[in-house]
Amino acid sequence: MTDHSAADDRDLIASLIERDEAAFVGLVERYQGPLLRLALVYAGSRAIAEEIVQETWLGVLQGIENFQNRSSFKTWLFRILVNRARTRAERERRTVPFSEFGDAADAGTEALPAVAADRFVGAHEPQWADHWAVPPTAWGSSPEELLLMRETLDFVEGVIAGLPPAQREAITLRDVEGWSAEEVCNVLGISETNQRVLLHRARSRVRGALERHFDTGRP
Amino acid sequence: MTSDAEREMTCKELVELVTEYLEESLPATDRTRFDEHLTTCPFCRLYLAQMRDAIRTMGQLPEEAISPAALDALRAHFRRW
Repeated sequence: MTDHSAADDRDLIASLIERDEAAFVGLVERYQGPLLRLALVYAGSRAIAEEIVQETWLGVLQGIENFQNRSSFKTWLFRILVNRARTRAERERRTVPFSEFGDAADAGTEALPAVAADRFVGAHEPQWADHWAVPPTAWGSSPEELLLMRETLDFVEGVIAGLPPAQREAITLRDVEGWSAEEVCNVLGISETNQRVLLHRARSRVRGALERHFDTGRP
Repeated sequence: MTSDAEREMTCKELVELVTEYLEESLPATDRTRFDEHLTTCPFCRLYLAQMRDAIRTMGQLPEEAISPAALDALRAHFRRW
């Protein structure tokens, strides 16, 4: 996502409060992409995700007079979306129960290792124990090109979509949208430690999936 | 007995600390052990490079966009606001 300054937001918000439609559309266009991407984490379909984005903007119109630039507009906006989407997911008892999001998600989630244990030398060879037995190999002769291929990007999108919800929230904002850890913690309402744990699990899974995707030579 | 600070980092340990390393939240002693391990282990250097590649790739995913109809609906809401 392009990084817009908070000052730009403040100008648009001042105009929005004056009921300037162009300012509203300006804010919508600025944030609709990331909002929709995050909404897709909670929604079972694109249509529902668009509804969540709609509800979020209605929430903005309802609350903007009281917003008064106390926090960053971006954080405030995305918190509206997260709160509504989580509540909705709980209410509808869809595939994703509420407890799978946020801090409550941490305790129950599986803690798979970043790399399967059998890829490291076991204790029977004390000198090399816990060093690579099956090390990573290069992703083709030109990983840079390979990684930017449309097919690879589609694959990565699919891997992220298959992550447990709390991991998907964290990695979507941190790595796909490129937010800071602090922003992500504020919006998701999680601790820095939990954010890091979720990010670690998610990133390890994405790297592992890419490895399996590219590596055709391994038995 | 060797203390943790002196013990060499293993590859298995490194792959679990890679995010804290990239987030710059590793304690100084672990950061040193991590860097020292990297100087002698080409596999872990590759692992770290691949992790960075994966992160960069995620940042390249195409932007999402809401439909023109949804945008129109929002404008209509605004006019009623």
